[in-house]
This record gives sequence, structure tokens and C-alpha cells, in this order.
Amino acid sequence: MQRYSGFGLVKHALSHHENWQRQWRNPTPKKQYDVIIVGGGGHGLATAYYLAKEFGVTNVAVIEKGWLGGGNTARNTTIVRSNYLWDEAAALYEHAMKLWEGLSQDLNYNVMFSQRGVLNLGHTLQDMRDIQRRVNANRLNGIDGEVLDAKGVQELVPIMDCSKNARYPVLGASWQPRAGVARHDAVAWGYARGADALGVDILQQTEVTGFKIRDGQIYGVHTNRGDIEAKTVGCVAAGNSGVLAKMAGFKLPLESHPLQALVSEPIKPILDTVVMSNHVHGYVSQSDKGDLVIGAGIDGYNGYGQRGSYPTVEHTLQAIVEMFPIFSRVRMNRQWGGIVDTCPDACPILSKTPVKGLFFNCGWGTGGFKATPGSGHVFAASLAKGEMHPIAEPFSMFRFHSGALIDEHGAAGVAH
Amino acid sequence: MFYIYCPYCGEHREEEEFHPKGQAHIERPKDPEACSDEAWGDYLFFRDNPRGVHHELWVHAVGCRKFFNVTRHTVTYEILETYKMGEQPSITADAQGQPREAVAASRQEGVRA
Ligand SMILES: Cc1cc2nc3c(=O)[nH]c(=O)nc-3n(C[C@H](O)[C@H](O)[C@H](O)COP(=O)(O)OP(=O)(O)OC[C@H]3O[C@@H](n4cnc5c(N)ncnc54)[C@H](O)[C@@H]3O)c2cc1C
Ligand SMILES: [Zn+2]
Repeated sequence: MQRYSGFGLVKHALSHHENWQRQWRNPTPKKQYDVIIVGGGGHGLATAYYLAKEFGVTNVAVIEKGWLGGGNTARNTTIVRSNYLWDEAAALYEHAMKLWEGLSQDLNYNVMFSQRGVLNLGHTLQDMRDIQRRVNANRLNGIDGEVLDAKGVQELVPIMDCSKNARYPVLGASWQPRAGVARHDAVAWGYARGADALGVDILQQTEVTGFKIRDGQIYGVHTNRGDIEAKTVGCVAAGNSGVLAKMAGFKLPLESHPLQALVSEPIKPILDTVVMSNHVHGYVSQSDKGDLVIGAGIDGYNGYGQRGSYPTVEHTLQAIVEMFPIFSRVRMNRQWGGIVDTCPDACPILSKTPVKGLFFNCGWGTGGFKATPGSGHVFAASLAKGEMHPIAEPFSMFRFHSGALIDEHGAAGVAH
Repeated sequence: MFYIYCPYCGEHREEEEFHPKGQAHIERPKDPEACSDEAWGDYLFFRDNPRGVHHELWVHAVGCRKFFNVTRHTVTYEILETYKMGEQPSITADAQGQPREAVAASRQEGVRA
């Protein structure tokens, strides 16, 4: 792998940028691998990368039915934070945050991780009590956080309507300064390039259509390009996880919903942090290109169509204009949807399954982008050892029978 | 944007009057105390979530406020039929999740979807 550097840029300029190395190969599938990862989104690619890099498992295939990151990874609004309430979730997301902080260097790929801070607004007394509780819990877990009052919020974001005249006045917020945004497709590409360099085969345009299971043990997958064998298979397929589980003969406690986002025309820099509100139900940040990146909640019905309903877009923009009257005449450029796999307790599933050797990493719902490095890392450890990593352990699919749920609805809400 | 036929109001109304409420035809276990953890967990949390034909519960929240059932395709989003509580769907999925012949017929009638 040719490493990227300032010097390299100059060197390639001399040959008119015609000799850049391809970022990853396009290999023909082998008959057999040690580990197969189903799903070439950020989580699947990160899993493959850490398998090869940290655990020495390099005979690995990532099987992706479309193109890399074409699922939710490159459809999301890129908010990264770790201020979750419960110890289990905080450990997982903070593990990811620590990896984010060195990710561009580790991958030699600029993922444009920008720690511009995230505000979670409170509009009612109960909101403020919940925020206080969550920030205290965060601090006990070593996660940065502050409780701000309305004045503090106004100082950080002068263009927001923090007056008492708003229909839902801003009373304060939680503030996580280490949180921020990153460039989502670069995350997929950076992990793909890193994994490929370590020997991982990335198979795009290859769809898993079934599993090969004998005596309750997995030994391969059927694909539209023939059968491929492996005794360990990790499914990281977000919205399509339920479909895959059905092929393997069991159910997951997931529902697939459309989640939409939109971006405005590019405008001059006006918002230098991320603002989220569960109560008026919307969030916004500004990308480096200048467009406002906007999102909110899921469409309530089940769907796999990668698009949502117009009323949801309307409600989202009402919330944004409620918080930022100054944006009322900004025009929206593009709108799209991804399919998120929501879990009843708003926490993911990293788990063994009723089939031996078959593992699932899913249920990230509306908020898994931020967890990409951490999820990939602990999932890789679990696949390599055949036992769940301690950070992943509480996120077993069997918690929905034992009752040991991890209820993150408070911290997850609209929040992504 | 859906245009939904409420079987109680007997009219098509726009999506915003309704709320989806998840999978239809889920029965609460008759004797919860006698349920195993498995059965109770399945009842509370595990849903079909098919890629294809789906029977789901909706409520006409700002209309008659009644619950009813919808058969809808989760990829095309097409509403194949709506029917009252206690009734059974006339359109179901084959193994591939594609609606059976009944679809074409019901569309011709033009009364439902
Ligand atoms: C609009 C929107 C906004 C969001 N905003 C945020 C946010 O601000 N912050 C945040 O943290 N999270 C956010 N999320 C959630 C986040 O995007 C996801 O949780 C995360 O990207 C999931 O990554 P993944 O790699 O698991 O899934 P994906 O990127 O969806 O990858 C799964 C891959 O599996 C492939 N696949 C599926 N079935 C098969 C098969 N049978 N064979 C082969 N391949 C298959 C798919 O093609 C897909 O590429 C948002 C999501 C959406 C849709
Ligand atoms: Zn009605």
C-alpha cells in the first residue's frame, strides 16, 4: 500500500495525478476463508480491518451486495458522540470515541473527524433533570460533559433562538466538547483500504442469499457468485439483518424503518457545532462544504425502500426553523433515506446466535455511525476468539428473553 | 406519501391523519404468568419484519380514532388492502415475499388500497 503524505501529493502532481494506486483490489472470491463478514458498511469493514491488524486473522472476505458504504454508512448525518446514560452503552461508545481520536493516523486516511462538540437541548424541566442525570453518569464513566443553561447555549450558538418567545424555549443543554462529525464515506474507504492492504478480500456486487448450516454449525454462505465457505461468519447488515436471520432460521428483535436526512444549498460558515433536540425533534450541523446537514426521526412504518415520507421531512424542517428562524428561507438541495434496524431498547445487538459460528452485529438503528471503530474492534475480537469481547457481552440478542435490557431511549431519542 | 382507506370512515385520507403501530395480529398470551421467558420475550419484542408483504396495525389518530389493519409491501410501500379489526387479510405473501394473485384482483375492484 502506498502511504498518503504531503510529499506524495507533490510527487503525484508531477505525473499529473495519473499514477495513484487503486485503494483496494477487486479479487475473485476464493472457495474458502477463515472468516466471512456479510455487509460492507463501516462496521463490517472495520471488523475486517481489526481482525487482520489486531488479531492476525487475514484470510477474511467482506461480502457486499452493492458498493462499499452504500447502506447506512454513507447515508447518515455523521454525528459522533459518546454521552450515553448506562454503563454498558457508555463503555461501548466511549471505546469508539477513543479510536476515532487516532483514526486518521491509524488508517493513513483523512476521515475528517472534527471535534466541534455536540449540544443536546433541553426544553422542559424534565429534559433538564434528565440531562443533569446523564451528564453526571457520563462523568462518572470518564466521559466529558457539561450542563449548560440557556445563556451558555446562546453563547455557543448565537444564531439559535434561545429567547423566552419560542414555542418550546431552550432551557439549557448537555454539551460534549469531544463529540463532533466525520466524513462518512472516508470511514468506509479508509477501513477498506487498510483491510485490503492486510490481505482481506473485499467482494462487492456479491449478495449473500443463504447460509450453509450443518448440525447447528455454520460452514459457509450461498451467494449470487457461488458458494463460499468459512466456519466463522459475522453478519453486519444493518436494515437487512432481519432478512439474513430469517435465512439462518431464527428471528431478531428488530424492525427496519426508513430514516431520512437532507442537506441544504451550501451557505457561508454559520454553525460551528452540532445541535440536537429530542423535544422539537430535529438536529443540524454544517458540513465543510457549507451545506446544512439535517435529520430527525424515523418514519413510523416498517420499510426497506431507502426513502421516506414527505410529512416526516416537513416535521423535521419545522423543528429546525423553530430553533433557527434564520434558516427559514434556506433551500434544501437533496433528501434521501436509509434503512435502520431499530431495537426495542435502542441499543445494538453484538451477539452469538442459535447457529454455532454465526455472529450478528446489528440493531444500531438510528445511531451506529459514531460507534463504527469501537463496534468493529470488539466484534473482531469476538470473531477471532469465538467468545464475545467483555464490552460486547451485555449486547447479546438473548437479553430480550432474560430481561437484561439496556434502555437508552433517553440518550438515543432522535439523537443519532 | 400514503393515501389510506380507513375501513371505518369508508374514505381515503392522507397519511398524516394516521399512525402506524407495528405488526398486526399479535395475540397477548392468554395466561402471562404461565409463560416461559422465551414465549414472553417473543411476544413483547420479536417481530416478523419481512422484506415484502406485511400485515400491520394502524390507527386513524385524528379521524375516527379506530385501529384497523393494513396489508402493505415494505419495499414498494404499496398498500394492498385495509381491513377491520378481527378480520383476516385476503392478500398474503408467498415464500419470496411477493403478494399472491389476489393482489391484481383486489386492485381491479379498486375499493380498498
Ligand atoms: C439518514 C440517517 C442518518 C443517520 N445519522 C446518524 C448519525 O448522525 N450518527 C450516527 O452515529 N449514526 C447515524 N445513523 C445510523 C448509522 O448510519 C448506522 O447505524 C451505521 O452506519 C450502520 O453501519 P453498518 O456498517 O452496520 O451498516 P450499513 O452501512 O448499512 O452496511 C450494511 C451493508 O450490508 C449490505 N448487505 C445487506 N444485506 C446483504 C446481503 N444479503 N449480502 C451482502 N451484503 C448485504 C448492505 O448493502 C450494506 O452495505 C444514521 C442513519 C441514517 C439512515
Ligand atoms: Zn377512520
